[in-house]
Amino acid sequence: MSATTPDAFETPVTSRSERVRKALVGTAPIFIVLFILLALIAIENPNFLEPPGFLAFLKRAAPLAILAAGQYFVIVSGEFDLSVGSIVTVVVVVAARLIDDDPSKTWPIIALLLAIGATVGVTNGLITTRLKVPSFITTLGMLLILSGAVFWWTGGAPRGALPDNFREIGRLGIQDFPVLEQLPWSVVILLVIGIGAILLMRASFGRRLMAVGDNESAARLSGVKVENMRTIAFVLSGLSAAVAGILLGGFAGVSAQVGQGLEFQAITAVVLGGVVLGGGRGTVLAAMAGALTLEALFTLLNLYGVSGALEDTVQGIIIIAAVAFASYRLRGAR
Amino acid sequence: MSVSEPTKAAGTGGGDAPATPRRRSAWDDRKEAITNSPATPVYAALLGVFIIAWIVVTIDGGTFLTVSNIVNMLQRSVALGIVSAGQTVAILAGSLDLSVAFLISLSSLVTAEVMDGSDANIVPAVLAVLALGVVVGLGNGLIITKLRVNAFIATLGTALILQGLIQNRYDGPAGSIGEGFEQLGYTRFGIIPASVFLLVAVVALVYFLLRWTRFGFRLYAVGGDEEVSRLSGVRTHRVIIAAHVVCSVCAAITGLFLASRLGAGTPTVGTDGGYDLESIAAVVLGGTALAGGRGGVLGTIGGVFILAVLDNTFNQLEVNAFLKDVVRGVIIIAAVAVYARRSERRA
Repeated sequence: MSATTPDAFETPVTSRSERVRKALVGTAPIFIVLFILLALIAIENPNFLEPPGFLAFLKRAAPLAILAAGQYFVIVSGEFDLSVGSIVTVVVVVAARLIDDDPSKTWPIIALLLAIGATVGVTNGLITTRLKVPSFITTLGMLLILSGAVFWWTGGAPRGALPDNFREIGRLGIQDFPVLEQLPWSVVILLVIGIGAILLMRASFGRRLMAVGDNESAARLSGVKVENMRTIAFVLSGLSAAVAGILLGGFAGVSAQVGQGLEFQAITAVVLGGVVLGGGRGTVLAAMAGALTLEALFTLLNLYGVSGALEDTVQGIIIIAAVAFASYRLRGAR
Repeated sequence: MSVSEPTKAAGTGGGDAPATPRRRSAWDDRKEAITNSPATPVYAALLGVFIIAWIVVTIDGGTFLTVSNIVNMLQRSVALGIVSAGQTVAILAGSLDLSVAFLISLSSLVTAEVMDGSDANIVPAVLAVLALGVVVGLGNGLIITKLRVNAFIATLGTALILQGLIQNRYDGPAGSIGEGFEQLGYTRFGIIPASVFLLVAVVALVYFLLRWTRFGFRLYAVGGDEEVSRLSGVRTHRVIIAAHVVCSVCAAITGLFLASRLGAGTPTVGTDGGYDLESIAAVVLGGTALAGGRGGVLGTIGGVFILAVLDNTFNQLEVNAFLKDVVRGVIIIAAVAVYARRSERRA
């Protein structure tokens, strides 16, 4: 058994220091990598050390980190969610068309967008758990359905526009904040979601979800409602995708490609954080750190002037190397 | 306790029918083989889709059941069919390959660049592309087995690497195809296009590999339960690496074929076709378990034909391209739900 995560079937660790040590051993590598990348960025670009520079980075990374938190719940329960990128696209395109630059509609439509995210999650969860369709196929089908449906509805290209009060959420923040000058809304949302996710994973829900991913039949025999847990995980993923979409709509504006490839980035981020595909291992904090690491990597490659095309190649090599390293450690720890 | 591998509970439902006390005739065997084969519901579904498409298109005033239309559907299935045949092998091993789309693009570019418009270079071009397939397959297989990177991440990483290499060198069509090689894409023997023979040859080869060779038996064993196969003395790493080589070589052949159709290498031909996810969808539509160890290449071809019939029907009905995606998504999920129900009943 690896020493990465507390789970329901491990003898409880008694002393507090032992618990802290275990948590650190489990999640430390990604934080070391993240720290090194951030240090390298700071060397290239000293502005990065000032609060505004660093907050700008966090603001850019927030949507991916939120997606990674949502994806974490699904992955740790033993499934995949490939539909999150298309949910982001749907959210942005639907918001632009329905609000159509009318600020008074912003808040009701945001409620609608969150409802869309949750509905997609429920559907993914029910199809996967009740109809026994592998989640890879369920969410792949959902990706086709969502991206097809939204552009069928708008006739191929996004229409309408987002009003300023919608875009502010992704772009602006609390002005005149002490020390930081401006605290971006997306960073606030990221913090709230991050803390919420950590608390959720420490609660009974988290233990049960982890148990489902670690050993489904053992969890079932101990009275965990496996289907419900997984469905809730998909709902959380759908909701987080909707939030990420709202932020991205503000940050990046309306486009048909806004969500493209985000599902793979989110899964990569989670895996970079040391969360094992197949479920049952890893922490949500490390998953979100994985997202920040990925974003830091993009930033660094940009600063080093690696040409846009080769950036993909470098990214591919680093992802493989990181996961290979993580699995090497996992074997060592056993 | 296995830490690095997810448990594969679904991989063992296959050919373990109870022995019947009654003397078995050859007919019983055959009947059982047909009812138990994972390909049977696929072809039943294909027949159903085919008949519905025929009725719908005919009511709409189109022509469906004509030789030229059916040949047309066959021809449109060649590229997806070849890459999906390879994907079947990877998935049967309990793996999967997300890098095929970029490998197809790169193969088409290598074909056209090496051939450089001259038929004299056909042999070097084909050899170069096949070598490329072997190298990428070996890379995928080694990363998955020796570095123990999950196949999803490993092949996604390879896909990114290939994408970067392609975009770094090419921003449009490059190279050109010799006239002789273009025949592969356009010649017909009687009414049958030459490319259909290519598809049949690849599928037959994969079928042979799966059904009649030791590699095939080991592949099913490894896909069913890697740990048990390893303990039974199978060199599981070799099997998984070989499966990825077969998969990548099939993708490389698809690249050769698409280059001959288009007359040049194209950096986006693989991704435009969506061959990565599309081939996985075809394999799963064809009744192969995504967890590995159960299924076969004939089912996959059935899955490819189902997608081709749908495509043809949508085109004839002039269905909106986006609505097409919606319907395809629904059909893929629904089909797999039906298979899941069926295998659950039998288990």
